[in-house]
Amino acid sequence: MGFGPIAAEQDEPYFHASWEERALGVTLCCGALGLWNIDESRHSRENLHPADYYASSYYEIWIKALETLLIRHDCVTLDDLKSGISQSASRIEKPPLKPENVAAVIAAGGPCERAAQTPARYEAGTKVRVRNIHPSGHTRIPGYAKGHIGVVEEVAGVFVFPDDNAHGKGENAQWLYRVVLNGQDLWGAGSDPTLSVSIDAWESYLEPA
Amino acid sequence: MTHSHDHDNELDPMDARVRALETILSQKGLIDPGAIDVIVDTYQNKIGPQNGARVVAKAWSDDAYATWLKEDATAAISSLGFTGRQGEHMRAVFNTPQTHNMVVCTLCSCYPWSVLGLPPVWYKSPPYRSRAVIDPRDVLEEFGVTLSKDINIRVWDSTAELRYLVVPMRPDNAQGLSEDALAALVTRDSMIGTGIVGMAS
Repeated sequence: MGFGPIAAEQDEPYFHASWEERALGVTLCCGALGLWNIDESRHSRENLHPADYYASSYYEIWIKALETLLIRHDCVTLDDLKSGISQSASRIEKPPLKPENVAAVIAAGGPCERAAQTPARYEAGTKVRVRNIHPSGHTRIPGYAKGHIGVVEEVAGVFVFPDDNAHGKGENAQWLYRVVLNGQDLWGAGSDPTLSVSIDAWESYLEPA
Repeated sequence: MTHSHDHDNELDPMDARVRALETILSQKGLIDPGAIDVIVDTYQNKIGPQNGARVVAKAWSDDAYATWLKEDATAAISSLGFTGRQGEHMRAVFNTPQTHNMVVCTLCSCYPWSVLGLPPVWYKSPPYRSRAVIDPRDVLEEFGVTLSKDINIRVWDSTAELRYLVVPMRPDNAQGLSEDALAALVTRDSMIGTGIVGMAS
């Protein structure tokens, strides 16, 4: 599998350097400007070059992706980033997140369940196949599940569809299902016979089996 | 800048990069550095696995609460004051003598922040993200957890916006303990599913 041991750290601190604290904070503050959503944010992280992604720590990935988002949304310019100081006034008029509002923003979060407009296509207990599709943009289908048959365990509600939402195409909320897959079906002979793996899949990721 | 740990003029490249970004955004009026301080304090001191431990301890002590947690985890957890960012849509999954549950996000690093706080580095790293779904028993061994061969393993890959909290089994000899004492037994890893709750007898 190539990635080696898990190497969990005993009594791990929340941050391993003070810049990680600032990276967390600056990322959340910028998110609170409301210029992009969580799906665009995830896409900007996974869109790093694979060699860069795998060589970067978590907060490095966050900062590299944040710079991309800030440039895309006219918050900063490449000249700003190269020089390390602001070269021009902001082109965006958005009030910054204030210290006194942080608790409320964290407590509110970003709920992404929406009211159902259509009945769910599948019900609990239904056999479904995870479609073998390869969208070119953001998607949340794990590769290992594609083409495999599983059973719907929960009809979880209607949720914002990340494949569209990440690219400014609207929320286009869809029914979401938790689908349970058999470990040996996924991983083949010699794999753990007691294993089952569930994924949470939007309706358009699935087809009748 | 509010940092106070410079020892000389050499900065780690990431340190310099984040400082520059914070400076630029402050100059443009898009961020207030004071808000960063509050965010860091929140996740250092207020939101962490101690929250999840309260949920588990209450479920261990109160059958009606455990039932509510099973049926509507978001509401049951919210009733203890734990809400919001990366905990908007919660599910609680209960370990049983037959089944051990383990949570991963193979696609990125989704994690129930409202009850567990910031994820540890290993949870966000490729080894755990790739191996947890393929050979969780081997992964558990690396965490010092040996499961009997007849215990089923269920891995929950957090591929959408549902966030999973594992409710570990209460140790057999923990009868009669207060909720506070029970909460003190519950580890972060036991609520991810990479640990079990033990108690010295």
